[in-house]
Amino acid sequence: MSEKFDAIVVGAGPSGNAAAYTLAKSGLKVLQMERGEYAGSKNVQGAILYADALEKMIPDFRDDAPLERHIIEQRMWVMDDDSFVGTHYRSDGFNKEPFNRYTIIRAQFDKWFSAKVQEAGALVICETTVTDLLRDESNRVVGVQVDRDGGSIYADVVILADGVNSLLARKAGFHPELEPKNVALAVKEIHFMPQETLQERFNIGEEEGVVIELFGKITQGMMGTGFLYTNKESIAVGVGCMLSDFKEQKTTPYALLEQMKNHPSIKPLLAGGEMKEYTAHLIPEGGYKTIPKLYGDGWLIVGDSGMFVNAVHREGSNLAMTTGRIAAETVIDLVKEGKAMTAANLSIYRSRLDGSFVMKDLKKYQEMPEIFDANRQFFTIYPELVNRSAHHMLHVDGVDKKTKEREIFSSFRAKRSLFGLMGDAYKLWRAFR
Amino acid sequence: MHIVVCIKQVPDSAQIRVHPVTNTIMRQGVPAIINPYDLFALEEALRLKDQHGGTVTVITMGPPQAEAALRKALSFGADDAILITDRAFAGADTLATSFALASAIRQIQKNMPVDMVFTGKQTIDGDTAQVGPGVAKRLDMQLLTYVSKVVSVKPDKAEIVVERRAEGGVQVLKTRLPCLVTVLDGNNQMRFANMPNMFRAARHPLKRWSREEAGIVDEDIAKIGLKGSPTVVSKVFAPTPKSERAEMIAVESGDPKDLAVTVLAKMFTRFPAVEKEIAKRAQ
Ligand SMILES: Cc1cc2nc3c(=O)[nH]c(=O)nc-3n(C[C@H](O)[C@H](O)[C@H](O)COP(=O)(O)OP(=O)(O)OC[C@H]3O[C@@H](n4cnc5c(N)ncnc54)[C@H](O)[C@@H]3O)c2cc1C
Ligand SMILES: Cc1cc2nc3c(=O)[nH]c(=O)nc-3n(C[C@H](O)[C@H](O)[C@H](O)COP(=O)(O)OP(=O)(O)OC[C@H]3O[C@@H](n4cnc5c(N)ncnc54)[C@H](O)[C@@H]3O)c2cc1C
Repeated sequence: MSEKFDAIVVGAGPSGNAAAYTLAKSGLKVLQMERGEYAGSKNVQGAILYADALEKMIPDFRDDAPLERHIIEQRMWVMDDDSFVGTHYRSDGFNKEPFNRYTIIRAQFDKWFSAKVQEAGALVICETTVTDLLRDESNRVVGVQVDRDGGSIYADVVILADGVNSLLARKAGFHPELEPKNVALAVKEIHFMPQETLQERFNIGEEEGVVIELFGKITQGMMGTGFLYTNKESIAVGVGCMLSDFKEQKTTPYALLEQMKNHPSIKPLLAGGEMKEYTAHLIPEGGYKTIPKLYGDGWLIVGDSGMFVNAVHREGSNLAMTTGRIAAETVIDLVKEGKAMTAANLSIYRSRLDGSFVMKDLKKYQEMPEIFDANRQFFTIYPELVNRSAHHMLHVDGVDKKTKEREIFSSFRAKRSLFGLMGDAYKLWRAFR
Repeated sequence: MHIVVCIKQVPDSAQIRVHPVTNTIMRQGVPAIINPYDLFALEEALRLKDQHGGTVTVITMGPPQAEAALRKALSFGADDAILITDRAFAGADTLATSFALASAIRQIQKNMPVDMVFTGKQTIDGDTAQVGPGVAKRLDMQLLTYVSKVVSVKPDKAEIVVERRAEGGVQVLKTRLPCLVTVLDGNNQMRFANMPNMFRAARHPLKRWSREEAGIVDEDIAKIGLKGSPTVVSKVFAPTPKSERAEMIAVESGDPKDLAVTVLAKMFTRFPAVEKEIAKRAQ
């Protein structure tokens, strides 16, 4: 006898958990399938948790969620080979509760979230891979096929929350093949050290945390960024670049990370730490223009599977949770109104997303990937020029400051024509507009 | 026919990953698994159930997280599962563990007589292979250890025949039921759970037994947990490797030819016989 549910959610990452939680909370009969050993066993993230997206579902999540530190300081470093020019923003305002951003360890966090999903009443089944979508004569999605005997399971609607590499969406033709220029490959390590050492090193208290965003020469001209976050007693450090760039440059991500960790400004931060975890994962960074069709007869796509990542602000899990929640709310509303899960009815999901920060932010940066892709000077020449200028100004050697300024300006002119400089300024403005 | 299978949750030593660059071991997030030998035991039990019908009950003594191991056993086809969990059990060695398990099995027997108890040969974390025999002794059951295969069971005659791996060969042994069998990594392979069993396992109302429910009375409290454990692990360490360490050979130029010359020179100084042999053959 095959089982029948109101909704099936494929995947137990942040998007799937948000969807399954919201659906189950409303009393619907929900099945969630995860191919990993448990929720979080396959998941990788830096990781910053943005409270807002979670708070909208679980207002009191702070009571028991495994949170590492709340962020009070954000650093942005533009890297040259042995130096950086940076900005730091630190505020005691970030120490006022409720805190807004936290570092988390995804494996623990996802497990916690999954427990909430089960408490809410969803049936969660792990170690089971969904291999196909089931369709009826009219090609409507009516359930899923899994890799086990007796594995045809039916539902009124299937929510695909299966992550960046969504084989299901591609197999079903909802989604074109992922292009290497639209996904970043990121690697991350966690280095453990005593809490006191870490706090001293970053000048922070018991619960406070720091984020460092790294940009420039560390990516060797490839399009990407690095990051470093403080957990309770460990540091997450990682770097990601477009997959197409790795292919072209024949560099491996861990060689890149190894080199980044040896940068003279980064090495002392990690010194003495014990590396305990190494992971690699794809991030969909194609942005707004690569978002596929998000709904159809009997199905919806949420999270990374729908390319919902804001690469500029390194936001992914919050978009995943928000799209998961909105998809679930759409289904709940249709059930309440007694409406069928047709493409026409489910299209509200897209219009609700369009009205939310998710689409607005992604739209704002839609030109970004192409502009940076076509203008590698932003990753090479400018970081170098900015660093060398700073060095020149700060090196006291009897040359007057006016002459130094002139020299700096001509160094810019030598690398980029005046026209080039103005053009770059315009492109940057367009990318961030 | 009623078979009780004892399982233990252990860290999966196979999943400890090594960093591709630094070659360091990464212990973080190593998942807990069912002790591999216990899976062989469970599969043998399930095969007997397939043949003769009956009931398979899995039990484990452990922390609340051990629930995952029991649910997994249910998904493979076990009929019932009991988690024996109580702070009083913490710190148990093999003596205390077998006392508690034996007591729990006696409680199970009150509802349904137990014909066989299956355990793994040993665990991959404690490695003592003592718990099975300890339980058999306490329950006054026949004991068959190092069993690679259950050849046959005749429920009507209360009789079991097994193959037992012994030094120099395989013994075929027969004894009467009730009997405790400790199972080796034998011929069977754990089945892949089907979807109806996955659903059943996820929904099964698991029994959680406290010390009292496991039948351990107040007078016996000193026989379980840390109090009941004369064995103390005083130190755990990785032995220093006995073999000589590899030597890094630095070559300035990075030219493959230089590299070859340097390596050969190094080798020949250390093993002059090799050089002689090569020279001899070259002639
Ligand atoms: C190195 C790195 C750093 C990041 N840092 C941040 C950060 O700091 N902040 C932030 O907000 N975001 C960050 N992100 C992005 C964030 O991790 C993702 O956007 C987020 O995890 C997406 O959630 P998801 O639920 O859509 O997908 P996932 O988290 O990938 O979950 C998908 C799940 O589906 C399962 N699955 C897939 N296929 C199947 C199938 N066929 N059957 C059953 N199950 C299946 C998978 O096992 C997986 O558990 C980072 C990503 C990386 C790689
Ligand atoms: C790192 C480490 C530290 C330890 N420290 C201490 C200590 O300080 N003091 C101390 O007294 N002991 C200590 N122990 C011993 C520990 O608790 C034993 O692992 C336990 O008593 C069971 O013994 P075993 O694992 O050798 O089982 P074995 O006798 O090798 O197991 C044989 C079979 O018995 C069954 N079985 C075993 N345990 C259980 C169980 N809990 N539930 C159900 N079935 C079971 C299984 O079928 C198993 O295959 C330590 C062990 C380790 C790995």
